[in-house]
Amino acid sequence: MTLTQFLVLLLPELVLTLVALVVLGLDMLWRNGNGSRHLLPWIALAGTVALLVAAVLIWPLGSTGGAAITFTTGKDFGGDQTPMMVLDPLALFFKLFTAIVLALVLLSSGNYVRAHIRFHGEFYALILFAGLAMTLSAAATNLLMIYLSLEFLSITSYLLTGYLREDERSTEGAVKYFVYGATASAVMLYGFSLLYGATGTLDLASIAAVLTGSVIPVHWLVYPALIMVLVGLGFKIALVPFHQWAPDAYEGAPTPVTAFLSVGPKAAGFAVLMRLLLTALPGFQLDWISVLAGVAIVTMTLGNLVALWQSNVKRLLAYSSIAQAGYMLIGLVALAPEAHSWTTGLNGLLIYLFAYLFTNLGAFAVVIAVENHTGSAQLDAFAGLMRRNSFLAITMFLFLLSLIGIPPTAGFVGKLFVFGAAIQRQMIMLAVVGIVNSVISVYYYYAIMRQMFFGEAPDAPPFDEGPGLRVAVGVAALMVLMIALYAEPFIRLASDSVSLLAASF
Amino acid sequence: MAIEQALQIFVFVILTLMTLGGGLAVVTSRNLFHAALSLILSLAGVVGYYVLLDAGFLAIVQLLIYIGAISILILFSIMLTRGLMTPRQVQRNEQWWIAALVVFLTFVVLIVALWQMVWPIADDEALRTPNVAISQLGEALVGPYAIPFEIISVLLLVALVGAIVLARETENNQGSHAEAGSSE
Repeated sequence: MTLTQFLVLLLPELVLTLVALVVLGLDMLWRNGNGSRHLLPWIALAGTVALLVAAVLIWPLGSTGGAAITFTTGKDFGGDQTPMMVLDPLALFFKLFTAIVLALVLLSSGNYVRAHIRFHGEFYALILFAGLAMTLSAAATNLLMIYLSLEFLSITSYLLTGYLREDERSTEGAVKYFVYGATASAVMLYGFSLLYGATGTLDLASIAAVLTGSVIPVHWLVYPALIMVLVGLGFKIALVPFHQWAPDAYEGAPTPVTAFLSVGPKAAGFAVLMRLLLTALPGFQLDWISVLAGVAIVTMTLGNLVALWQSNVKRLLAYSSIAQAGYMLIGLVALAPEAHSWTTGLNGLLIYLFAYLFTNLGAFAVVIAVENHTGSAQLDAFAGLMRRNSFLAITMFLFLLSLIGIPPTAGFVGKLFVFGAAIQRQMIMLAVVGIVNSVISVYYYYAIMRQMFFGEAPDAPPFDEGPGLRVAVGVAALMVLMIALYAEPFIRLASDSVSLLAASF
Repeated sequence: MAIEQALQIFVFVILTLMTLGGGLAVVTSRNLFHAALSLILSLAGVVGYYVLLDAGFLAIVQLLIYIGAISILILFSIMLTRGLMTPRQVQRNEQWWIAALVVFLTFVVLIVALWQMVWPIADDEALRTPNVAISQLGEALVGPYAIPFEIISVLLLVALVGAIVLARETENNQGSHAEAGSSE
């Protein structure tokens, strides 16, 4: 592969890095009282558009077979020379996904950042770098790259969580996140080292080849390695029992960061989990399916039950996002090898993620708007929102419906696909637990609705959310409806994105 | 041959005592500074393992980075913060027995796994001639490992920027004194 091809395949990542560096640099240049600093978020936003354009431009290169991204100089190094990354449909899907996450987070963070954040340029640059780490992790096909990109994402997330240095809860959340994350990473790395020791390779496909071709019994080693890897990824996705950091980090972090954390690292974790399990350990499918099925049930149930008691909306949405990750996991557990059925489980997972992206970021954008105005994210801050800002109240209502999974919203399509996959695979238990949990979740989502429509707030004047938030909330609401009413293209996108993975085992 | 093997086992036992003893002291010592010094002992034991395994380059790197840089950084951060002022700190809390149980179970699982597993071993020929030149390592870093290499450099930049953001004084009392940006 020539240098040009190499660079073309890495175009989205390069563009994103470049824009993040430009934001950092301009922030320095404009530091001394220059009025142009308010342009920084727009430059960052332009970066996400550039990422989107770059991903679309190279779409044909990766959408058919998947192109390995490797730079070989023709020399023999004697060691492992398998590619580190791949440009395949799944990687492309997550590049698109990342661009949308970043754009929505940046659009909804403008006013909040001006009011609460000290170093604007660094904040926007860190968000872009976190997005870069997401795209890298979704494209990684090598244990080394997976570890590096997840660590990259974690470190940027810790920094962003503790960004409000004067706020004790922000620091507390960041320290908990950091200590927990460092431990989880170490455990995951130990698991990787066991896999490497058993197979002598870091490449996912080669690991599968060695494990299936092996005459010696390898399960003694793969079981502990599998559990250890699941600890690391479960931490990123915030699956029970690796979720304890989530509520504190979500509550303490600046709200735009909470919005990012509730979608970005989860999506990256799922991308890596799918690729790692299906590419490296397809022969152990029965084992990891049973482990993940248990994790999914516990995650859904615990997330929902604890959410019932929350009075802070950020914390409530944190537990809700834990439960949502449990529903998504059903898609991976109930994956079906035959591609001709309407739901392969995996496509359900991606549709759910896509629906969840717009729903959750939309909901958080409303929380940011309310917090900007009232200075609080408690439930009673939402009292009478319908009279104060009917646009936010109605869109929030839509997002909450989507989180519950009531048609005609995106959340319904997502739940239909993952629960459908579970029923199709005769995993009735999983589907029943999922549906029961969806019903339970109505209670705490309704708590927000009740405050918005019937809550009493006599001296609360109407307020305006500002253009950035209006666009973010509007786009998210529109997409939540679109995915439900014109589902076909989204389903096709999701099915195409997992086609290579589903065919590989 | 027998003497050589006996010597090797002797060295191995000493290194193991260093590594495990040091590690134990890290988690039990009541003085934070002593714990950090024990960490150096433990890491030095690992250097010895690498030498024993004929991985000379790794040994040097371990020595330079973990002992030369990271441990010294830890010592400095302890001296710059409260560590020496409060020399007596209990490292246990009420959950110590849960931790001990989990650690013990993990140990049992790992021992069983490592015992049962038949490890694929490189043939003797490859072991006898560990001829990885440093120049080859360098070329690999800009060849097949170019992407991870570059990502690490971006990651370091991000960590640096983040450390400065977290450690910098607020703008109104800037210039009083610069805090060390050692958040890593």
